[in-house]
Amino acid sequence: MTELIIKDLHVSIEGKQILKGLNLTVRKGEVHAIMGPNGTGKSTLAYTLMGHPSYEVTQGEIWFKGENILEKRPDERSRLGLFLAFQYPVAIPGVTVANFLRTALNARRRASNPEEKGIPIPEFRKMLIEKMNLLKMDSKFAGRYLNDGFSGGEKKRAEILQMATLQPEIAILDETDSGLDIDALRIVSEGVNALTGPNLGVVVITHYQRLLNYIKPQFVHIMFNGTIVESGGPALALKLEEHGYDWVREKYQEPIPA
Amino acid sequence: MEEKPHIVVSSRTRRVEPTIGHFTFTPEMIRLEGPLKDYRQKAWEEFNRLPLPTTKDETWRRTDLRLLPTDTFHLPSPGVQQEYQPVPGNLLQPLAGSQHGGQILLLPDQSQVSLDPALEKKGVIFTDLRTAEVQYPDLVERLAGEIVRSQEGKFAALAAAFSENGVVLYVPKGVSIEQPLHSVLWGGGYNLANISHLLIWVDEGASVTYVHESASAQQVPNLHAGLVEIKVSDGANLRFVELQSWGDQVWNFSHERAQVGRDANLDWIFGAIGSRVTKNFSSLDLVAPGATGRMSGFYFTNGQQHLDHDTRQNHLAPHTTSDLLFKGALKGSSRSVWQGMIYVAPDAQKTDGFQANRNLVLSPAARADSIPGLEILANDVRCTHGATVGKIDPEPMFYMLSRGIPAEDAERLIVEGFFDPIMQRIPFEGVRERFQQAILEKTVGK
Repeated sequence: MTELIIKDLHVSIEGKQILKGLNLTVRKGEVHAIMGPNGTGKSTLAYTLMGHPSYEVTQGEIWFKGENILEKRPDERSRLGLFLAFQYPVAIPGVTVANFLRTALNARRRASNPEEKGIPIPEFRKMLIEKMNLLKMDSKFAGRYLNDGFSGGEKKRAEILQMATLQPEIAILDETDSGLDIDALRIVSEGVNALTGPNLGVVVITHYQRLLNYIKPQFVHIMFNGTIVESGGPALALKLEEHGYDWVREKYQEPIPA
Repeated sequence: MEEKPHIVVSSRTRRVEPTIGHFTFTPEMIRLEGPLKDYRQKAWEEFNRLPLPTTKDETWRRTDLRLLPTDTFHLPSPGVQQEYQPVPGNLLQPLAGSQHGGQILLLPDQSQVSLDPALEKKGVIFTDLRTAEVQYPDLVERLAGEIVRSQEGKFAALAAAFSENGVVLYVPKGVSIEQPLHSVLWGGGYNLANISHLLIWVDEGASVTYVHESASAQQVPNLHAGLVEIKVSDGANLRFVELQSWGDQVWNFSHERAQVGRDANLDWIFGAIGSRVTKNFSSLDLVAPGATGRMSGFYFTNGQQHLDHDTRQNHLAPHTTSDLLFKGALKGSSRSVWQGMIYVAPDAQKTDGFQANRNLVLSPAARADSIPGLEILANDVRCTHGATVGKIDPEPMFYMLSRGIPAEDAERLIVEGFFDPIMQRIPFEGVRERFQQAILEKTVGK
């Protein structure tokens, strides 16, 4: 069974401890939401799972599909079936969406079969158009340089398009709702919902509850000060919407040294 | 008196210390007949008068010739079949669709020419220089030395004095050529001085695309000295694409200038991937109102290569426009120099000049020098320039890795993307593919 198991994860960046013993298990077919105020380490978790070199794991383990992936490079983790939708996707000047995705797809195929010639272009085009229709994207989009001059909504849609194309088994969506107006939010959420199912596990990282009106999680976690402090069902998200994060801060605030 | 015996010590090992500035060429090697007799004679005098450039000369400050083994190079002997490495077949592949408008293969001592008979009927001349000297002596005499003068430099004079191998292209008034013309200069031999001379005249209102490639085998030391003289007459259009892929032991020097007339347009594209050392002077002279010129270049170096491009955009008349974009990527311990100057003459008002040079340094031992320059003597102009030297950013790299793209593929994609704006300026899929293939080979190479 495909599982992502995070055990006692401690992470620091430039010597500063951000994650302080985080535990979480995500199975294929599940939708988890991780919520929390800004600066509690949500994005650090996302980057660490993907293997960003600036984040140093000082303690703990990350298991994916029965393998400890801590020693694996980001590209290996991706090909294993892990995906991160970035909060702030960077521009890749001069590389079109289509070229980028075809390269990524062929890298997957070659990893499992070195003799692989790569996906035939007509087949790739057909597949890409289908996925783009799903996300209500104009076909011209495929010819644009990836994230270069994209609006906030276009960037997020491009992230979901990549997810749809690469078909990961566990996907982490880092603040996918940030910077989206209500229409873009709906389109992106519909895209995600079309992809969720028994073959995909999703971790939605978000500050606001509004995304969860569209993407319904079975599990809701509250993250605070580098660790998960509360876990529950959808009701937990509603509690946050009603009461905000103040009660979390009061309950879990580290005592300020005198 | 007793004669002292001469003791000659010969050694088969190559001298480590090169002699500087001494070429073995002699005046007997100059072809003193035909329409270029006087031209060559005069150039020979200039060649002897001009010293070999040193790094004390401002334009040569970053390109050191002290290792140039001047005395090892020889010229092809007339009438003697040269030995050279075979021409790779793919060099002669058509660039657009199934055929060329015309193609010329230049070898050190012979050439092969083909031209669409329909173009010949229209008066188009596209032939090798030796043939043109016989068939069109007046044209050759008129064009040689009109745009580039032999006294401009040691290597300009060298190329002019021994000018025999080359291309003459003339497109008559109002003639528009759809299919590209293509020439390939295959430098061969061992320690051979390859001399080339291109004479291009696109007459009033005419238009053409011309692709010229120069190449030679790897690991074979040779010299190339080249001249390119381009005249784009009033209302004419020229797209000129040059791809330099000399072998990695070639010392390559060229002086190129285009003169663009009233309401005429030149789209000039350079690709440089080859040679051990290159010093290229390219000058765009906008000589009449409404003249426009675009210079787009890419270079990609690796190993020990040293490529130095010296560009000038000369606005010599009002209402002229120039746009230069040169992009370079560097690997190994290679080095590139781009030195550009926009010059605006005192009466060249309402001109618009732009230049940009961008470098992507892929290895810590590589180095790119970028020296933009403006010299503006008019007061109502718009000139901008920019130069950057950078490395691959870690964030796009991580982004690509996170999509499962291995690091080497990601680097290739970043380099391809870096060059893409130049590729978009290249006409014809076949030419673009040629350039992309060259980039790909460099990227996966050492």
